[in-house]
Amino acid sequence: MSQLVDITITINGKTHSDSVEPRLLLSDYLRHGLGLTGTHVGCEHGVCGACTVMVDGEAIRSCLLFAVQVDGCALTTVEGLAPTGDELHPLQAAFHETHGLQCGFCTPGFLMTLVPFLDHNPDPDDDEIRALLSGNLCRCTGYLKIIEAVKLAATRRREQRVKP
Amino acid sequence: MKPAPFEYRRPEILDQALEILAEYGDEAKILAGGQSLVPAMNFRLAQPSLLVDINRLDELAYIDAGDNESNDGGLHIGAMTRQRAVECSSVVAESAPLIHQAMPYVAHVQIRNRGTVGGSLAHADPAAELPAILVALDARMRAQSKAGQRWLAASDFFTGLFATALRPEEMLVGIEVPRLADRSGHAFIEFARRHGDYAVVGVAVQVTVDSSGRCHSARVVLMSVGDRPIDAQAAAAVVSGQKPSVEVIREAAAIAGSDEIDPHSDVHASSDYRRHLARVLTSRALEQAFTRAGVRVE
Ligand SMILES: Cc1cc2nc3c(=O)[nH]c(=O)nc-3n(C[C@H](O)[C@H](O)[C@H](O)COP(=O)(O)OP(=O)(O)OC[C@H]3O[C@@H](n4cnc5c(N)ncnc54)[C@H](O)[C@@H]3O)c2cc1C
Ligand code: FES
Ligand code: FES
Repeated sequence: MSQLVDITITINGKTHSDSVEPRLLLSDYLRHGLGLTGTHVGCEHGVCGACTVMVDGEAIRSCLLFAVQVDGCALTTVEGLAPTGDELHPLQAAFHETHGLQCGFCTPGFLMTLVPFLDHNPDPDDDEIRALLSGNLCRCTGYLKIIEAVKLAATRRREQRVKP
Repeated sequence: MKPAPFEYRRPEILDQALEILAEYGDEAKILAGGQSLVPAMNFRLAQPSLLVDINRLDELAYIDAGDNESNDGGLHIGAMTRQRAVECSSVVAESAPLIHQAMPYVAHVQIRNRGTVGGSLAHADPAAELPAILVALDARMRAQSKAGQRWLAASDFFTGLFATALRPEEMLVGIEVPRLADRSGHAFIEFARRHGDYAVVGVAVQVTVDSSGRCHSARVVLMSVGDRPIDAQAAAAVVSGQKPSVEVIREAAAIAGSDEIDPHSDVHASSDYRRHLARVLTSRALEQAFTRAGVRVE
């Protein structure tokens, strides 16, 4: 019988307690354990960025963390961006409007990378955006529309002076 | 792929962690940021039976340029300091600008948020930035075990491909970067296929000049052209004691790209192309470093 470890994690404001095997990846815990399938798994070795979630406010690869390691942490996944489902998060709205997505497989990872980035850097230039997005792969859009989406969201956010 | 089963321990303090390493030695594997170890476990290239998660050892997460006993104004960084914290630290930017300049090249933000200084050094990838930089800066590594601690020069720490001088029961707990001399200059340049990828070739240079503008000391360390960071001493010797000129720099760079390295060929670059890059990047880096040290290179 393999070891089981008790964990308590807050995800999108809701607290979950479980007993998990140490080898369970956080990405699998979110998807299979909790049914939060918005977090996507592309490569499972840290390269594609699709599995990015926020752990205590920072963008992190969920395929390179074990669920036991986030015991006591507060997480946000893509499901937490538009909790009611009625209205898109401003960043999601910007992706929608600029065609920043096609198949959408990569989109949750981009969003969860960008939310904390725009908090730290509300007025990024093209080079900063490109450097940041180097950690996320998209096989459809060619990236230009994604860069447009980031700029649109950043501009609106500055104009409205509200936190997206 | 999923990792094979393992036993998980999460010590709260360093002594507990060292106790576990003393008991289990080779069987235990340290889990720091996990950004190199977990991919290897996902592929089952690594199948440790016991994982010692040191992420709760807050005592190993620090950046300190103050004066204390062993510290002549040098910069001390704890092994569990996240790469992103080093990148954003004004203390590091001031006391070790070479580290500051190179940090954005280490992987991507999401990985630097989690990856640690100690993990990058212990992993000892010949294409990684931090190992080369610490050799260029003449840094020292502090290894600790239950039996005590020892300091290792960065140049003795890296012993081969993914290999270090650490013993199985030892943990890398911190590094010390000596205080910068007056009139010093640095440069870091790498060529990679994509921002954040491991370098095809990279070079770290640290120089000091005397009051007349002659080169007093130089370190040229190349990445991704051998099984560990390559300290190009013959190239550095060409500029040492000389007034830095375009000609002298060109001669040093030619040596860095030929006799001193034995680069491999892979899908990204042939051995010859790596030699070419080593030469070109060394030349640019030396010029930048001398310019930063206040010398006009003509
Ligand atoms: C997609 C991707 C791209 C990357 N690109 C780059 C890059 O361009 N440049 C670069 O330098 N790195 C790159 N990395 C690697 C990254 O920087 C890792 O964070 C780093 O190599 C390992 O640090 P870690 O803290 O994550 O260590 P871990 O993965 O936890 O550990 C790595 C190894 O070191 C050992 N170890 C860890 N800490 C200690 C310690 N204190 N004492 C003794 N042994 C220890 C572990 O047992 C393990 O064997 C990349 C990683 C990914 C996934
Ligand atoms: S699935 Fe995690 S980075 Fe690709
Ligand atoms: S939209 Fe299809 S991978 Fe990005």
